[in-house]
Order: sequence, then C-alpha cells, then structure tokens
Amino acid sequence: MDISAIMQEIYTARWTLWGGLLTTLEISAIAISAGTLAGVMIGIGLAYGPLVLRLVLRGYVDLVRGIPSLVLIFFCFYGTALLGLNLSAFAAGVFALGLFCAAHIGELTRGAVQSIPQAQTDAAKSIGLGFWRRLVYAILPQALRRVLPGWVNIAAEIVKGSTLLSLIGVVELLLATQQAIARTFLILEFYLALIVVFFIINFAISRAGALLERRMAYVRF
Amino acid sequence: MPDTPLLSARNVHKRFGAVEVLNGIDLDITRGQVVALIGASGSGKTTFLRCVNMLEEYHDGEIVLDGERIGYTTTPAGRRRLPERAIVAQRGRIGIVFQGYNLFPHLTAEQNVTLGLVKVLGKSKAEARDIAAGWLERVGLADRRGHYPYQLSGGQQQRVAIARAVAAEPKLILFDEVTSALDPELVSEVLEVMRSLAESGMTMLVVSHEMLFVNAVATHVVFMEQGRIAEQGTPDALFRNPESERLRSFLGRFHQVFR
Repeated sequence: MDISAIMQEIYTARWTLWGGLLTTLEISAIAISAGTLAGVMIGIGLAYGPLVLRLVLRGYVDLVRGIPSLVLIFFCFYGTALLGLNLSAFAAGVFALGLFCAAHIGELTRGAVQSIPQAQTDAAKSIGLGFWRRLVYAILPQALRRVLPGWVNIAAEIVKGSTLLSLIGVVELLLATQQAIARTFLILEFYLALIVVFFIINFAISRAGALLERRMAYVRF
Repeated sequence: MPDTPLLSARNVHKRFGAVEVLNGIDLDITRGQVVALIGASGSGKTTFLRCVNMLEEYHDGEIVLDGERIGYTTTPAGRRRLPERAIVAQRGRIGIVFQGYNLFPHLTAEQNVTLGLVKVLGKSKAEARDIAAGWLERVGLADRRGHYPYQLSGGQQQRVAIARAVAAEPKLILFDEVTSALDPELVSEVLEVMRSLAESGMTMLVVSHEMLFVNAVATHVVFMEQGRIAEQGTPDALFRNPESERLRSFLGRFHQVFR
C-alpha cells in the first residue's frame, strides 16, 4: 500500500481519531489539574498538618503509590458501581487518574516544601506574615522550582496512563486508533501515528516544564 | 514617658530539652537605646533575641514591648500562648536582621522590601515602592532595586535585609550577628548602615562580635554567660574596667585595644 493510500485511510478515520485525541487531552487535563491542586494541598497537609491529618494523608499517599494504576482504575470503575454510585467510565477513569496524580504530587510537594530552609520561614515570620501568606508569598514560589522536574514526569505518566481507560471502554486515543485498525488492518501505520502523537503531547509538557524552570532560574540560594 | 522602657524582659527562661539556655534574663531597653549583647557562642544571646519576636518560644518569665506582652497571656489556668494571629501582628512591630541575610531568593531587592509593606501593612504598591526606594537609597543600593539576591554580594544582601526590616518602621529592631557571615572587607559597609540607623534614634538590640563597633555605637552593653547576664553597663565601663575575670578573658585582645 502506498503512502497516499495510507493517508487516505487516516483521513477517513480522522473524526474517530480526533475524538480520541480530544478525549485523551480532556482526561489528562482534568486529572493533572485536579490532581495537582489536590496534591499541593496534600503536600501542605503532610508538611504542616496536625498528627492525625498527617497520618491519614500519609496512609492515602502510600496506599495509592503502591497500587498499579490499572488496578486503581478498575477499582474506581467497578467499585463505585458496587457502592451504588453511577459513575460513567470516563468519570471513574478520570477520578482514578486524579487520585494517582494527587498522591504523587502530594509527596513531591511535601519534599519540596520541607527542603526550603527554615531561615526562609523565619524571615517570612519576621516581617509579620501569617501561615498562609508565608506559604503563598515565600515558601511555595521557591518550592515550585524544585517541584517542576518531578511534576513533568508525573504529568507525562498521567497522559500515558490515560490509555488504560480504553480497558474500561473509554474511547480515548488508543481505543480510537484500535477501532481504525480494526477497520483498515493498517496496524503498523496507525500505531506509528499513535506513537508520534503521544510523543508530541509529552514532549510539549516536558518543554513547557523546562522553559518554566529556566524562567525561574533566579530562585537560588 | 521617656522613663518607661520600650522593651522590658523579666526573668526569661528557656530550655532546649534539659539544657537551660536562658536562665532568668532581666533587661530593660529605653527608646533610642542601642543595646549590644556580647558573649561566647552558646551563651544564649541569639536565643534571647529570637524570643523577643517569638521565633523561639520561652518557658517562663515575660517580655513586654511598649506595654504589650509578647507571645503569651496569663489566664486563671496559667500561662497561655497567644493565638497565632496575635503573635504574627506582634512580629510585625519588631524588625530582625539575620546572620544569613535570609532574603527571599525569588524576589528582587525592591520586592523583598515591599512584600511586608503591601501584604502586612496594607500599603498600596506605589506607596510601598516609594518607601522601598527611600530605604534602598539610604543603605546605598538605589541602583540595585531590580537585582535578585544571587546577583548581590553578601554585604549588599545584608543591607537589603536591613532595609526590609526597617521599612515597616518597627518599634524595635534586632540584629543577630549580622556581619558574621561576611568577608572582612564587606563588614564595614553593613556596620556603617547600622551606625547611621543608631544615630537616627532607632532602638536597637544587637548581638555582635564586632567589639570596636559595639564600643563606638552601643549605649549599653550586656555580657551574657551560660544563659545569664553576667555583667552590664556602658561600653566604657565594660570594656575598660571589666569586673569579672570571665569578661576580661572573653574580651582578650580587645581588652588590650581599649586600655
């Protein structure tokens, strides 16, 4: 089959693939942003919370980090159904990836926050900043730079992990591609295209992270 | 009321575990006084300084700034730590300059000074920038406003830190061995700024190993040893006629200089 015929098949499958790509981006964007937000709060709780809160969060983080993400996805999909919660496959899958993301970002944030020297907290206290203002204006901006490389890794994991949602029937990019393959039998060609698309998404995330990191190069001691 | 002390410490005790680091400190500072705390490492100078703005908690006694008790209140049930909000507000009325500068590395020199003015004192950004510009000029760094800490020398960073501490017009400003981390040639630029602040009537509590500076600028010198005030008086009295053998030996070569 020549290249123009392949392009023709890809063109024919364009709406399926486009829909899959949008779903993949949607899953990733929601899971990463919600997971990051929750993860930062978890990290703050782990670093500064009272003992009971720390124990609960520690349990959550260690548990989720110890489970394969596919198991977590199945658990959220079938488990919530058994509990009588009627979540769509999309919602359950995004929720599971969000849980996964939050646990990892939580641990990352805790480490970054605790690596900022105590002297910075002293300085922020000394100019009269209360707890949350110290965090927002003094500690987190410095922690952000230390969090970035790890955040890029986790975000890329989530984008890749979104393919697992195909196993509970979410038509994201992988499943959409497989549907196109089932119709055309162009296995190698479509998987190659899939590889390129995933690479582009994750490469973009990684470049964005690197760019931010460079722009924050002034955060030094 | 020139006679009521601005800062009054009574019987201040602090322990780290079983170690009594402050063993009953009594000290009065009146407005405009420059009080120097001298003594060997581990004598409790820095710890006492940090207790004054509650960066360290103390276990007994009281510290009163301008009629307001710092950090604690007494209830029928006993001594209670004030709520965090109250302590935060009290800290805003006391400035401190640290040995390691502790500037915020993600903020420029100007932003380091304006952060507290805007977020704590509620000044407008424009007004805060004006105040910052004035102080940065006063410490000789008008042309370094937009520099980040890593672009400044140690002495310059410490002068920014001084500007940050005084910009909020604190009632009292604490200096914690502010020249100890500096190269010898950078020490004098910081001491000059401190001297000028002292001359402008600022009330200062200074922990320092710069005996010549203390001798020239302090109005009152306190020699601490093992968590206690061992000897105090004017620089003249302490440096030229130390009563205790301990102070004589601490002053060592300085004693020769002053005689």
